[in-house]
Amino acid sequence: MSDLSSINTSERKQAQRPVSLFRNLSAKIASIPMILTALVVFVGGTAWTVVHSFTSSKLLPKTNFVGFEQYERLWTTRRWLVSLENLALYGILSLVFTLVIGFTLAALLDRKIRGENVFRTIFLYPFALSFIVTGLAWQWILNPDLGIQHVVRSLGWESFTFNPLNDPDIVMYGILIAGLWQGTGLIMVIMLAGLRGIDEDIWKAARVDGIGTVKTYVVVIIPMMRPVFVTALVLIASGIIKLYDLVVALTNGGPGIASEVPAKYVIQYMFRAQNLGQGFAASTMMLVSVAIILIPWAYLEFGGRKRG
Amino acid sequence: MVDLTSSRSLDGPRGPKPKRSFSRANIFLYGTLIVVSVYYLLPLYVMVVTSLKGMPEIRTGNIFSPPLEITFQPWVKAWAQACTGINCDGLSRGFGNSVKILIPSVVLSIAIASINGYALARWRFKGSEVFFSILIVGAFIPYQTMLYPLVIILREIGLMGDLGGLVLVHTIFGMPILTLLFRNYFASIPEDLHKAARVDGAGFWSIYFRIMLPMSLPIFVVAIILQVTGIWNDFLFGVIYTKPETYPMTVQLNNIVNSVQGVKEYNVNMAATLLTGLVPLIIYFVSGKLFVRGIAAGAVKG
Amino acid sequence: MHSVEIRDLDLSFGAVEVLKGLNLNIEDGEFLVLLGSSGCGKSTLLNCIAGLLEVTDGQIFIKDRNVTWEEPSDRGIGMVFQSYALYPQMTVEGNLSFGLKNARMSRDEIAKRVARAAEILQIEPLLKRKPAALSGGQRQRVAIGRALVRDADVFLFDEPLSNLDAKLRADLRVEIKRLHQQLKNTIIYVTHDQVEALTLADRIAVMKGGQIQQLASPTEIYNRPGNRYVADFVGSPAMNFIDGMLIEDRFEMQDQVLSVAGYPFAKTPGGPATLGIRPEHIETGAAAEALPFHTDVPVEVIEPMGSDTLAWTRFADKAFRVRLDGQTDIRPGDQLKIGIDMAKASFFDAETEVRL
Repeated sequence: MSDLSSINTSERKQAQRPVSLFRNLSAKIASIPMILTALVVFVGGTAWTVVHSFTSSKLLPKTNFVGFEQYERLWTTRRWLVSLENLALYGILSLVFTLVIGFTLAALLDRKIRGENVFRTIFLYPFALSFIVTGLAWQWILNPDLGIQHVVRSLGWESFTFNPLNDPDIVMYGILIAGLWQGTGLIMVIMLAGLRGIDEDIWKAARVDGIGTVKTYVVVIIPMMRPVFVTALVLIASGIIKLYDLVVALTNGGPGIASEVPAKYVIQYMFRAQNLGQGFAASTMMLVSVAIILIPWAYLEFGGRKRG
Repeated sequence: MVDLTSSRSLDGPRGPKPKRSFSRANIFLYGTLIVVSVYYLLPLYVMVVTSLKGMPEIRTGNIFSPPLEITFQPWVKAWAQACTGINCDGLSRGFGNSVKILIPSVVLSIAIASINGYALARWRFKGSEVFFSILIVGAFIPYQTMLYPLVIILREIGLMGDLGGLVLVHTIFGMPILTLLFRNYFASIPEDLHKAARVDGAGFWSIYFRIMLPMSLPIFVVAIILQVTGIWNDFLFGVIYTKPETYPMTVQLNNIVNSVQGVKEYNVNMAATLLTGLVPLIIYFVSGKLFVRGIAAGAVKG
Repeated sequence: MHSVEIRDLDLSFGAVEVLKGLNLNIEDGEFLVLLGSSGCGKSTLLNCIAGLLEVTDGQIFIKDRNVTWEEPSDRGIGMVFQSYALYPQMTVEGNLSFGLKNARMSRDEIAKRVARAAEILQIEPLLKRKPAALSGGQRQRVAIGRALVRDADVFLFDEPLSNLDAKLRADLRVEIKRLHQQLKNTIIYVTHDQVEALTLADRIAVMKGGQIQQLASPTEIYNRPGNRYVADFVGSPAMNFIDGMLIEDRFEMQDQVLSVAGYPFAKTPGGPATLGIRPEHIETGAAAEALPFHTDVPVEVIEPMGSDTLAWTRFADKAFRVRLDGQTDIRPGDQLKIGIDMAKASFFDAETEVRL
């Protein structure tokens, strides 16, 4: 390797190539937007936010450092704690249900059925819609006075109660129903692609071995789809942390603060309550939680590959 | 021997195994799919029927029942008269803003990302992979940590609150996935073609415009689908980097429907919601398989 | 007793007929090779026998039992796939025993069968490994082992060597032959490789367009191909074909006339026909002069292949391949004396392409 590069340099001198900065100049010019985005916005912006989370910035960013004061306040604010609790509940349920529903639907569609395209189109169309549209549609369906609750009551079941959007105890489940409606189609499509990627001969071998369909899925196919499940997991997880628009459209955090989420907390403090330091601290906590999820995954996926 | 075989061929199973078309497995299979389909179709159905009813019918009726008397008044009102704050010119303003944001954002982000992806695939230079790695890792950073620094940047260059500012933001945040998409695509084009073009004396730009671009129509369509739906559906950036006059459609829609003043007009709200969802829905139904490819590619974006 | 018997088998996918009225009897302990190019229906037929595809019409018997409606696992077959189809997350041992465990066989019996299969295939040291840690050849042995442990009457091989490189393919070919000699099971083996077919088979069924073109022993297929397709498909380098007219005891070509005395015609010949002669069956030099028909032909291209040399010549105004000994000293432009032995030639009807 070192030999090779030395040969290259000597050749370069002989050919009187221009200095290295100007070599491949067009490619470098073409990459300027990427370099600026990567360094200024992604690295610079994130670092700036993390640094300013240790200041007492209020309306405007300032640099009077106050140590962990913002974080201490953050972790004693009920709204933040509720946000985290909500996100954890929503996150776990959404993860489990999305994977189960997504895989089940994909497996059903993979059974060489009639009308596969029709069903796939139906399951996936909500994904084309924004969270705002999703939230407003479900807000209307879940409307206690005119929606499902009203319809069931008018059928004669007077005591029927299903009013998640106004009940602080179950409001997150209401958001979950809408969230699953919007997002499961995507996971189904990814799982279906994964199932289609499985060697036909594996299915044949399992049939010759006399393994039933369900058992083949559980014992043979699912373990073979590990990479697909990992992709789906990362996808769902990063979507969960971003949860914001859906809550804004569906409940705007209510009733009270019962459906607040971290992303909304950040926006609230940064742009509404004019308490930048709090917003910075909360967003830094979001960054930390993403890192906690992503670093082990990246290590497993990419670190493992280098070793193996 | 001959007798044996001929007698055997007369009796015993022959041809395909007879199947009951309503086997238990099939009932379960199609039953599940149909029930699940109802859950997925219900909201769209409810939105459509609600938007075609008059308010008295909504107050007295059932959200699932089809309209007794079809009226398009809610659609007209949603488009041209619905109020947000003091403005009462309906969603048409938001629609206009969204279009004004969408077109330059899509063009700019795809132009930059395709050229950049091409440079990364075929014209690597020292450090290019490092910057690209940062870009991809950056795609996983929560937007919240970069929101305020971007406010400062936009303010410094005088684009805060302007549609141009939002175009810039969409270009920045669309860059990781689009660059990855184009880089992988261009890397899959045989390198020998690139070498042949270089031997023929073509340089960076002429290879891009005369060889790569004509070969890349499908990936550009995928990128356009990805960007149009993504940018049209955006709410977060719209609400932060614009002001009421320049609000995109999603933000204006949310303000109309979730406004606390006045009597709630559910039919107008649903018409407005459908209007906002129409653009991505049309793209979805028209593009079919390509949309699936687009979101599979966009999967990395998260 | 027939081991496998196929009666009037039809299979169509929608409007496409893949197999048409196919009949085939396979003897107990026979090694039958289904040979043909891709799309000829050979793998489809194998999948029908295995029960992996449902037949459109007809019957399949295995060991005199009608299995047309039976599940693959109940047919008494073991199957080896081209892509091995090993369960990647199970060890070799797990792969071998999975089907048996599923059939609720006793633990002792499973252990016994796995041990025996491992011994026969010499894969004992690999039992605890996973498929990903095995070479292609080792994987294919495990795949064969999975068929072995089922103690099946009939083994089905679906192009088992196609994913291996040339040298490994040759090694495993011999092993499969040895395995068959040792176990004496019935084997139905699908391949597109004529060398595999010729070396392994007791009988070869050459297939085309969903029908069996010829079913015969390798020698018969090679020496007396039943029609022009079989003649062209089997043998490398391919057979030379020359069109002409059969008139009484003569075969008249472009600028040559050949006496056909000594050729065992099935019926009295006459009319347009095609002469087929294998490059290796053409005599040269002194041996050629001893034959009734011999002539000089110009050599155009020489392809030395080590053990022998292929000379491209021109005969009856057509490219004509002659296989020579590898040591022959010959150059393009030389004249080569060739002689055609009627005992080794084939004639085909020009229209029906059937052997005369």
